[in-house]
Amino acid sequence: MSDAALIWSYLAREPLLWLTLTLIAYAIGDAASRASGRKPLVNPVLIAVILLAVVLFATGTDYRTYFEGAQFVHFMLGPATVALAAPLYANLAHVRRAVLPMTAGLLAGSLTAVLSALAVAKAFGVDGAVLASLAAKSTTAPVAIGISEKLGGAPTLTAVLVLLTGIIGAVVATPLLNALRLTDWRARGFAVGVAAHGIGTARAFQVHETAGAFAGIGMGLNAVLTALIAPVVLRFFL
Amino acid sequence: MIPALATILAFQLAGEAAARAFDLPLPGPVLGMVALVAAFLASPRLAAAIRPTAQGLLAHLSLLFVPAGVGVVAHMGVLRDEGLGIFVALVVSTILAIAVGALTFAAVARITGDRGDV
Repeated sequence: MSDAALIWSYLAREPLLWLTLTLIAYAIGDAASRASGRKPLVNPVLIAVILLAVVLFATGTDYRTYFEGAQFVHFMLGPATVALAAPLYANLAHVRRAVLPMTAGLLAGSLTAVLSALAVAKAFGVDGAVLASLAAKSTTAPVAIGISEKLGGAPTLTAVLVLLTGIIGAVVATPLLNALRLTDWRARGFAVGVAAHGIGTARAFQVHETAGAFAGIGMGLNAVLTALIAPVVLRFFL
Repeated sequence: MIPALATILAFQLAGEAAARAFDLPLPGPVLGMVALVAAFLASPRLAAAIRPTAQGLLAHLSLLFVPAGVGVVAHMGVLRDEGLGIFVALVVSTILAIAVGALTFAAVARITGDRGDV
């Protein structure tokens, strides 16, 4: 075996290599997103995931070996979820001023997201663990992954579905809400946060400050609500 | 920064412990988040002390999804067989959820005469 091959076979087993490549892949994705003027379709996470999947495939590395290194990044999802308390608390004044519309919009949006996703997928013959992985896809990723684990889904599949949901939401939100002739920035932002979590929230902030603030609240509240309703709704489909 | 990080981790730990002890449907970190909002309400000083660290954690939130997202390599079979159904479900439900959520919010705001401050 050549020296280069020896070095590679050593590094490929070490967490450091995959941790480093995870950060590099994300940096490339983020640079591409910035270069595009933050177009919703040029999503940094999607780019990083594709790059890393290609590298794993090309080097014949299995996901478990990759995750040995990437787990240090993954671990931070839990603390980041707890940290969502800060923006939620900062926006509580908005919440108090619009309690009724917000409660109604949250219940309607959250139930619609879970019910319609499960109903459509079921109609296509999707079942079991894949269906369970789909239930929480409108929730912010760290919470969705936690819910998926509890429901017997595949957390890694859920992560991808959450990501795709966010991108779809960010792409369709503005044309859809314009077509509905909705001019209330609070309603527009809130619904996008409920349906398309952090990626939708980031998009809402690009469009309008108020929409962004309400999107953040919608995302935070839906994280709690989906954790409560997803297990109940899923039971009707399994 | 270290006390703030320790506080955040302690709330997560308490959330995980409570979720297991009482067999709750909520994931531990979500319980930790709810408890931390309650703690902020009780002590605005705590909120001010935690905010910079929380913002630091959240500034790079999307990076944290990458490791789980790469897990897609383990699900290529599922996506090949059921990808179409899953994709249609995602598109339809996201469009419906945004439309229903926004229309409901706006309708209730109109009924209650709440025009907000915008």
